[in-house]
Amino acid sequence: MDSIQFYPAGDSTVVVQFGGTINEATSRRIARFAENLRQARVKGVGELIPTFCTLSVQYNPRVIGYQKLVKQLHRLLPHEDDGAAAAKTIHIIPVCYGGEFGKDLPFVARHAGLSEQEVIHHHTGRDYLIYMLGFLPGFSYLGGMDERLFTPRLETPRTKIPAGSVGIGGEQTGIYPLDSPGGWQLIGRTPLRPYDPDRDPAILYQAGEYIRFVPVTPEEYRALEAEIKAGTYAHRVVKED
Amino acid sequence: MGLFILNPGILTTVQDAGRFGHQAAGFSVSGPMDADALYTANILVNNPPDLACLEMTFLGVTAVFDRKTWFAVTGADMSPTLNGKPIPSYEAHEAKAGDKLVLGPAKNGKYTYLAVAGGIDVPVVMDSRSTNLKCGIGGFSGRKLAAGDDLPLYVTGRFLDNHYKKHLPSQSEIGPAPDGASRSIFLRVVPGPQAHFFTEQGLREFETEAYTLLPESDRMGARLSGKPVEAKAGVDIISDAIALGSVQIPASGTPIIMLADRQTTGGYAKIGTVVSSDIPKLAQSLPGTEVRFRFVTVEEANRLYQQHQKYLKKLARKTGFCPNKW
Repeated sequence: MDSIQFYPAGDSTVVVQFGGTINEATSRRIARFAENLRQARVKGVGELIPTFCTLSVQYNPRVIGYQKLVKQLHRLLPHEDDGAAAAKTIHIIPVCYGGEFGKDLPFVARHAGLSEQEVIHHHTGRDYLIYMLGFLPGFSYLGGMDERLFTPRLETPRTKIPAGSVGIGGEQTGIYPLDSPGGWQLIGRTPLRPYDPDRDPAILYQAGEYIRFVPVTPEEYRALEAEIKAGTYAHRVVKED
Repeated sequence: MGLFILNPGILTTVQDAGRFGHQAAGFSVSGPMDADALYTANILVNNPPDLACLEMTFLGVTAVFDRKTWFAVTGADMSPTLNGKPIPSYEAHEAKAGDKLVLGPAKNGKYTYLAVAGGIDVPVVMDSRSTNLKCGIGGFSGRKLAAGDDLPLYVTGRFLDNHYKKHLPSQSEIGPAPDGASRSIFLRVVPGPQAHFFTEQGLREFETEAYTLLPESDRMGARLSGKPVEAKAGVDIISDAIALGSVQIPASGTPIIMLADRQTTGGYAKIGTVVSSDIPKLAQSLPGTEVRFRFVTVEEANRLYQQHQKYLKKLARKTGFCPNKW
């Protein structure tokens, strides 16, 4: 296990670094550390921001100083990952692959030497850990994609990608939470709204949870879209060990 | 409805202290570029210091009040006039229904703040009234102001009126705006979280070289030109969180200092982080300003933070009863 380091990020943030490799054990450890910290209610501690290998801890220097806080954080560090993971929270994301929703599916298939059906099969065949959210609200950095699907980004990024688009960028896959420019290969789209400012919480999922893509037909996509618009759709979340 | 905008200026948005608590979900903090000026504008009209104000960039608004209220203008000097008569910044003024406030081009900085008694009463979105332009949320319909916008104001009561006449501080008590037009600024920087990515020479030169603030600087970050900072072996990191004032060194080697609208995470090494009390003067600095860095320890930075907060509290106390309210 990599060693844990503490760094200041200015006058009111401590960065706790859990080694330098992206993996699920590190991610679980960071999530547990954040949980410990929330439960301990350390005076002066504010926002916690988890990333691949760090937890950023914001604090109020009028209440607690850097050195004293680092000592407290030390005490709250979780033990090395013992493999006894808690139940996974898995978000079911219906996706219509290919066609108008996933214009780059043919390219991804050609690049992988697979049929479009095989790409869909490999993409939906596993659960993806949400390592962190960032870059855009709700933009999820997902780990664990099938190596056969690794595809380079577009040479020229698109200026507008519709919200809900599911793409592949290099070794990563993910969902665009809102209309934005982007350079990922688009393989499908979900009718779900990963980001909805009028919903609480505005973002459907959080770091440490999982995403499972489920293929739907264009007809099912339209039906789901109508349900979501009408407010009758219930987002599916399952718990599995 | 409240404050009617005849001319919106170039980039005018509603900002309060910022949208905290949602960075883990990827939401930028937003908030004021010059937090001290927003704070001061609010306390001048006896608001809690974090209420929503207008932030104007380079050019101010022309606006008409629909009611009797109090307001104050702080930050860069935009030569405010009320009904054609010049009025001082950094002072509370009474406006009557139909009064016209005109703010011109910024003379000694970039950002100017208009606080109105009770605050700009736009809806709270995810715990803040700050405008997040990228997501189109918060502020006035999630966007910058346009001509014809009618900003809701909090209704002010008679009680306040009496209080204001007695207690509002004058400009001499609060002090003038920091001069954003100075040609050279010093920024204090806490090394880390990735200072170890840079060579000894790189770290030394970061402190001794003079950088120049580029016109491409915006609410997201201040871009600098100058001698590239030497890294040991590349500046790509596994993406981590970005604090206010983070000094990113991208592949080009020239620093970008991350400001209010910074993205929450990023993949470039950060040589250090500017202390928060030095952010306002950076935000107000004009393109071409010479920027120098000096490293301070985190203990020193903690102390500077406390000192600055004490100073702000002291300002607030001059408004009479305000500090007891929050």
